[in-house]
Amino acid sequence: MNANQILDASGIAKSFGAVKALVDASLSVSEGEIVALMGANGAGKSTFVKIITGALTPDNGKVLIRGKQARVGSPAEARRSGLVPVYQEPSLIPDLDVADNLRLTDTPIAPFERWVKELGIEGLSLSDMVGDLPLATLRILDLARALASEPDVLLLDEMTAALPSDLVERVLKVTRQQADKGMGVIYVSHRFNEISELCDRATVLRDGQTVGDLVIEPGVEDRAVELMLGQRLDLAAREVNKTRGTIGDTPRVRVKGVAIAPKVTDISFDMFPGEVLGVVALEGQGQDELFECLAGFMPPTAGSIEVNGTTTAFRHPADAIAAGVKFVPGDRADALLAQRSVRENIALPFSARMSSWGWLKMRHERERVEHAIDRLQIDTRAQGEVQRLSGGNQQKVTIGRWLATGVETLLLFDPTRGIDVRTKRQIYPLVRELAEQGSSVLFYTSELEEIPLACDRAVVIFNGRVVDIIDAENADEQTLLRAAYGLTAQEGAA
Amino acid sequence: MNMATTDSSMVRFGRFLRDNPVIPLLAFLVLMIAVLEVIRPGIVTPFRAGRDGLISTFWVGNLIKFAIPLAMLAACQVLTMLTAGIDLSAGIVATVAAFVCATLSSIWGPVPAVLIAMSMGLVVGVVNGIGVGVVRVHPLIMTLGTGLIATGCMQVYQRLVINAGSEIPAVLSWLGTGRTLSMPNGLFLFVPFALFVFWLMRFTGFGRLLFALGSNENAAKLSGVRAWQVYVALYALSGLIAALAGLLYLGMIRQTSLSLASPLLLPSVAAAVIGGTSIFGGRGSFAGAIVGALIIRVLDTMLTLMQMPEGARTMLFGLIILTVTAIYVRITGSR
Amino acid sequence: MSDIIKKNAWVAGLVALLFVLLVLTKAIQPSFGMSGLESVARAALPFAFATAGMAVVVIVGGIDLSVASMMAVCAVTAAVLMERMAGVPAILIVLGLGFVMGLINGGLIVLTRVPDIVVTLAMLFVWEGVALLILESPGGATTEWLKQSIRGSVIPFVPNALAIIALCVAVVWIPLRRSKLGISIYATGSDELAAFRSGVAVGRTKIVAYGVCGMFCAFGGLSLASLTGIGEPVPGPYLMASVAAVVLGGVVLGGGRGGLLGPIIAVLILRIVRTILTLLAVDPNVTTIIEGTIMVGVVMLGTAATLRGARK
Repeated sequence: MNANQILDASGIAKSFGAVKALVDASLSVSEGEIVALMGANGAGKSTFVKIITGALTPDNGKVLIRGKQARVGSPAEARRSGLVPVYQEPSLIPDLDVADNLRLTDTPIAPFERWVKELGIEGLSLSDMVGDLPLATLRILDLARALASEPDVLLLDEMTAALPSDLVERVLKVTRQQADKGMGVIYVSHRFNEISELCDRATVLRDGQTVGDLVIEPGVEDRAVELMLGQRLDLAAREVNKTRGTIGDTPRVRVKGVAIAPKVTDISFDMFPGEVLGVVALEGQGQDELFECLAGFMPPTAGSIEVNGTTTAFRHPADAIAAGVKFVPGDRADALLAQRSVRENIALPFSARMSSWGWLKMRHERERVEHAIDRLQIDTRAQGEVQRLSGGNQQKVTIGRWLATGVETLLLFDPTRGIDVRTKRQIYPLVRELAEQGSSVLFYTSELEEIPLACDRAVVIFNGRVVDIIDAENADEQTLLRAAYGLTAQEGAA
Repeated sequence: MNMATTDSSMVRFGRFLRDNPVIPLLAFLVLMIAVLEVIRPGIVTPFRAGRDGLISTFWVGNLIKFAIPLAMLAACQVLTMLTAGIDLSAGIVATVAAFVCATLSSIWGPVPAVLIAMSMGLVVGVVNGIGVGVVRVHPLIMTLGTGLIATGCMQVYQRLVINAGSEIPAVLSWLGTGRTLSMPNGLFLFVPFALFVFWLMRFTGFGRLLFALGSNENAAKLSGVRAWQVYVALYALSGLIAALAGLLYLGMIRQTSLSLASPLLLPSVAAAVIGGTSIFGGRGSFAGAIVGALIIRVLDTMLTLMQMPEGARTMLFGLIILTVTAIYVRITGSR
Repeated sequence: MSDIIKKNAWVAGLVALLFVLLVLTKAIQPSFGMSGLESVARAALPFAFATAGMAVVVIVGGIDLSVASMMAVCAVTAAVLMERMAGVPAILIVLGLGFVMGLINGGLIVLTRVPDIVVTLAMLFVWEGVALLILESPGGATTEWLKQSIRGSVIPFVPNALAIIALCVAVVWIPLRRSKLGISIYATGSDELAAFRSGVAVGRTKIVAYGVCGMFCAFGGLSLASLTGIGEPVPGPYLMASVAAVVLGGVVLGGGRGGLLGPIIAVLILRIVRTILTLLAVDPNVTTIIEGTIMVGVVMLGTAATLRGARK
């Protein structure tokens, strides 16, 4: 037992319904130590962070602060026991000025102003409305507010995302200084270069478990990547029949220089008929916005999208659908009528247009729906209400909707997140089959090992732009993860 | 994985009631009628000999007769609530339609009068629909506002036609007050109407979309539904139904007034909520609302027999709406 | 300095509009003077209090559809009590009653997790019923000095009614606005998650905001009783008017933004519009239609503007 240990979380478990977000996660921080918390998408990082900071209560395990069982039932309590978080989204109130925001958390003003200056923000007035300030400034203010309350442990969640590089420098410098004065820091980040520059240790999370504790030293990236990937289930889907259909010559969809404020800056690629195009990206690199833009939810701020040779301006998903572009969103809850039947969910697009508001064409509908159900092997035992289906079957319903109507271009956003292996194995061949029949599929997945299984090519998006387009078939996971982290081959070698 | 097995029996029971609201509601209706029979013996029993028997058949017929306009206004609420809306202008629209019809039929004859009265409902409904669907004002506020404007218009109109007198078209009187086999003639209008609403909710694309918008508007959008079209059509329909209910009510009361059907508004919301329609959208049944309307009428009789003051009645209806909704939220754990 | 102007641009615009309308009134009716102003202010009293109450709950991110009914309960209670006891204790009891009714509304919203709009719709009827139970038909009496207090003007050029609005709102709102509770109210309405993460007791804040709304409704009920001299159990047309005034006054539906000054000036604007229409000899019923259309229009524009802001 380390006498200087400030925070010690061990054996933390947390489930949401049937989904086990955390199984056995642990983390400790000592005085003057900066510990990185790492993990691939879906490893349970954000749940872990919420538990440590009191925004969620764990099902199991305990959080000790200075050896005493901490009662962190709410963010306010966590704050009082000396643990102050800086979340990914700034927790400042947009409609209050800076001074009122400080009063809300009883933060002393003088040290706050000192920290703001130290962190490199000039010309801030306490009467500025928070909502008028740029995002980067807000993150710095959030950090300054946290530092001003003199925490024992500071938790920084993706602190440097969306910060310009000079501010990143300042943040890293100040964090190091404070650690040297005895503060403990938990540093949640995707960025290897920052972690190796700043941190002393790295705790790696995989599938809800702490799988390793690494001392930061040169070459630690390889070891970390290895730990994050682990011994993945060798999916039988490796045997996916990858008979390539003939990929067309003329692109079905051309994305040219698309920017979507604020996250997406420059994305260009072509999608061909008969092709599955993968998207490789860490969370929050702009892929969400890209998919929503292609699906007609929001227009691009710059650039153009061509479908079948004609430039489009989708104002509503109905426009995209009319152009043959169909979208399966990442969050199933967004796509499903939870309380309605499987059949109604699949048949929903049939009634969408005004011309089909009359009598339902029951027979036509039943044929199409049953065809989709058969093809996807949807378990229809609980078909009365979609919310009673398992996650995998729910996902099949959202895809089945577009199979029933026919699909030219399919946008699949992380279709395998949180579903069972068996369903996954059914989804890859399906995607391949669709491509073989001439559809083109854009396939984003948070699980990198799926890219070589399902895709022909893959675009790598980092920080809102396409950094690379790679041949998916010959890419191994390590290459993909490195690419996703923005690590080029040279950097890795250096 | 079968999620259903992990639910508690309470949740499962709640779900059963939610899926089949009519069964427990009918049981409740029968129970209430039984209680009524205890309070006032002989009121219900239809086959008693002599004069009492006549009176009691009369009561059941009356119960149904006065439940009909209520159930029709409840249809407005059920349909709008399917999309997580509400139509608070329904009571006023009904009143306006009745007033316009009564005053115009003495000038232009019954047919144009009825048509103009119905078109009043359509106009208010379309305005509601545009406010809710296009501008996206909360339906409660929007329908309240148009109701206010409609009331003003009616008052102005009243001063214009103050000398015209009023006349109730014979067909409306026949529907409203006549009886066939001791059952009210209003059923001749109501049964086809109810069938139409069932058909609309169950067997049309439009009905599907109502449920879809109320369950998850985002999912509907994702499937290519342009929500505003549905909202405009829905509220227009609701206005038409309200106007029709007003005309029937006119034939029943045979009097015009500037607040004819307004007292029916709150009970119509209560009838829909009691009938298992969720005020949060995505779930509702017109059959339930019909039983709900009957329950409210029985409750009315009971409160009258107990000489409950008007205030207590209003309070009770408010509490019913709140309690049923709160129980719904508790059982389903959702909003 | 420029900061203060920027923050209050909307309110300043409303003041200018009010001034223009006053000049217009004077132009239409050259004899419009102090007594005309007094009657406008008097008529605005219940509207102003309903609007103040509504503004507080809208700022916290909710809405209260039961304001008019709560005012009716307070008005009849005041009229019944004042028949039997002195004015001052009666007033205190009524204020307490309003506060408690508001707390009940807020408590039900937080405890049942039913959305505010549904809870307060139900409570609209419950409070209306309560008012009818207290007094079945208009009756009771109001203390004489209270009736007199809203007439005339003690301070030159300021009608008493206006001074009363200013005083009551200032006494309740200014200390609250300055306190941490006030900041919490804005924080909760602005971003509930961020407020929770900043350590705000979100539920408690909401309940208190509804309590304050109830208290303003009590002021509104008292002003109704002093205007009419009796208690009237049927709720007046204050719901739509208060929502419209709140929106026109720069409080954003959805919460977090705006104050009480803007909405109260908006009430005066809406009242002056009515006066102008009356002076133009417009049929009072037509006036109701125009007023209703203005109110619906204001709410529609406000909603559209909010949506556009959210999209940005």
